[in-house]
Amino acid sequence: MNTNNSKNGNEAPPLGLPADEAGAGGMDVLKIATAGSVDDGKSTLIGRLLYDTQSLTDDKLEAIERNSRRKGFDYLDFSLATDGLVAEREQGITIDVAHIYFSTKKRSYIIADTPGHVEYTRNMVTGASNAQASIILIDARKGVIEQTYRHFFINNLLRVKHIIVAVNKMDLVGYDQSVFDRIKADFEALNAKSSYADQEITYVPISALKGDNVAKDSTEMPWYSGQNVLAYLEQLKPEVQHDSAMSFPVQTVIRPKKDEFHDYRGYAGKIYGNSLKVGDSITVLPSLTQSKVKNIHFFDKEYSEAVAGSSVTITLEDDINVARGDMFVKSEEVPQSSKELLASICWMDGKALVPGSKYEIQHNSNRILAKIDSIQGVVATDFSGDKMDANQLTINEIGQVRLKLSKPLFHDAYTKNKATGSFILIDTQSNTTAGVGFIEAP
Amino acid sequence: MSTILKPNALESEAIYIFREVVAQFENPVLLFSGGKDSITLVRLAQKAFYPAPIPFPLLHIDTGHNFPETIDFRDKLVEELGLTLIVRHVQDAIDEGKVTEETGKYSSRNILQTTTLLDSIEEFKFDACIGGARRDEEKARAKERIFSVRDDFGQWDEKNQRPELFDLLNGKIEVGQNVRVFPISNWTELDVWNYIHTERIEIPSIYFSHLRKTFVRDGLIWSASEYVYKEEDEEVLERIVRFRTVGDMTCTAAVESEAETILQIVEEIKLSTISERGARIDDKRSEAAMEKRKQQGYF
Ligand SMILES: Nc1nc2c(ncn2[C@@H]2O[C@H](COP(=O)(O)OP(=O)(O)O)[C@@H](O)[C@H]2O)c(=O)[nH]1
Repeated sequence: MNTNNSKNGNEAPPLGLPADEAGAGGMDVLKIATAGSVDDGKSTLIGRLLYDTQSLTDDKLEAIERNSRRKGFDYLDFSLATDGLVAEREQGITIDVAHIYFSTKKRSYIIADTPGHVEYTRNMVTGASNAQASIILIDARKGVIEQTYRHFFINNLLRVKHIIVAVNKMDLVGYDQSVFDRIKADFEALNAKSSYADQEITYVPISALKGDNVAKDSTEMPWYSGQNVLAYLEQLKPEVQHDSAMSFPVQTVIRPKKDEFHDYRGYAGKIYGNSLKVGDSITVLPSLTQSKVKNIHFFDKEYSEAVAGSSVTITLEDDINVARGDMFVKSEEVPQSSKELLASICWMDGKALVPGSKYEIQHNSNRILAKIDSIQGVVATDFSGDKMDANQLTINEIGQVRLKLSKPLFHDAYTKNKATGSFILIDTQSNTTAGVGFIEAP
Repeated sequence: MSTILKPNALESEAIYIFREVVAQFENPVLLFSGGKDSITLVRLAQKAFYPAPIPFPLLHIDTGHNFPETIDFRDKLVEELGLTLIVRHVQDAIDEGKVTEETGKYSSRNILQTTTLLDSIEEFKFDACIGGARRDEEKARAKERIFSVRDDFGQWDEKNQRPELFDLLNGKIEVGQNVRVFPISNWTELDVWNYIHTERIEIPSIYFSHLRKTFVRDGLIWSASEYVYKEEDEEVLERIVRFRTVGDMTCTAAVESEAETILQIVEEIKLSTISERGARIDDKRSEAAMEKRKQQGYF
């Protein structure tokens, strides 16, 4: 495209930011998931966040006012801000993951609004899979209930680093500190059973309806000295997973059929974990061929290093055979390889998972056939550590499963490396994504 | 010299998606409307495959009611970048009697596009159609997947969508099915404008403030044109306006604006309080308008 667009007149980067920090995503993005049982006030909380960050446009606000009046409310029903599909409105429930956007001066936020009922575990897992932080809602009048266990368990399983426990409807319990303290103690007791020591949990007493401690500090609860929900989110650093080994799954090979790039073979993919540098010794999996990184390209520019999340094109020193499905790792960090896996699987398909059945595993850009060897048990999501014997895994259940693979797979435990430790199971007949797996340590 | 790439998260995500499309499908196409979102897609596709050319064609479903500025722009872009452009016309479907032209006050060819789109998918056997829809545009879109599977009739079954976890996109389909792909799902309107600005992407002139013959109906500013139905008493005046989205003339309302540069547009959007789709007349028809159209295979 033409770079001399006089219409744009854009010599300076926008919004007073330096060029490489401005623009889409230059401002950073924090992905959040929400969890709560029906009527805990999830929609109201999200609506309130949108309202207080001036993210609701006039026409949306008008629609909310109109609908609130029609329903005879004497307050603004912010839950209407996230009002979803017609089918949902009819049933009065949220049936799927919806994405909601808002931004502050500091950054952009994407909320994956996931429904909280038991039967929709799959949506919650989906929403949490990309979240850097989760908000778990608790109704102050009900306290920690069985569904809270499940919500926390899923956030644990997926290793969502930051958890905000928002104790909602404090206005209905007279903003009473003892109610909050009791719920906090109950949740702490649950947390004591968690195996994810690095998880950071914070507790905030809120009224989503009145706006207390959502985006503004509450004057009703002087006994609470912590941050409000938005203030807490604002100071989080988006997790870029610098703490795991670098992996680079090859998505596609770029071979321009042009004279000037005659011998060019670029490997297109995204970097996970630690950064990748020119000169790094890498090993190509599964062939175990070794080479060195020659160039890192992003569009028409060259870089000496690229950090996690970069979609780049890499060239290697040696002319070796590389195809989609291969993965580059640093030569001193080659993960284990095996034709058998033990994994926690969250099942998402109406057709139950049974031993002996075959599925295709998608692990990064690699797909291989897998056979379900055995189901070790259905995992209780209440932190009891219980495993119920089972001969199948039905939709919304989480089970520990042994799989046999048609080829060896290089992998890590999910707790060590999210990118190389997770996979989806694809039904070879319906082609649907039937489940998601979190590889356990061997 | 040490140069460290720190990715722009949304750009990087979009490029990742483009590469998955090319790897997982045999015959993808980019649906090109001439609007800023599809122009942004072209830039992202360029980046995804550089130094190779964009490895799929563009498809434009022409309603015949386009702003001429958009068509000129489209042709120039295609020429400059050496792209392959396929154009299919809604008029042909009307002439063949496949669809009936709407009449009356709110008549538009917008819905008729669906038939032409589905026919083109069949004609070329496209298995993936890349589009510039964003989840922030409208509430039915907020639930759309990045890879959204459509059946033989192009229908969207919102209750039976494939879960999308991590970066793992599953594009496996049966013959006859196709996938709609949305690389900029997670971008907001402001993100797109900021990107156009930092990347210095050229866009059609109608996005900028200009003088235009218009009339007001239902609080929206309509373009006065031979294609747009107008009541006798609706008075045509010249107004200084620009467009926030570029659909066809019969379904795209203008906003009064003096914004002549992208920066001014960005400032205007930040202050503005009418959401982008508020200016799309087709959505005003009913609150559930978009959801209905999507179930029927609309983009
Ligand atoms: N008093 C009070 N009511 C609330 C509060 N938050 C939500 N509600 C009400 O609780 C009901 C359920 O809220 P909603 O947001 O729809 O719950 P969701 O099902 O979790 O999305 C609605 O009637 C809300 O008005 C709160 O903080 N205080």
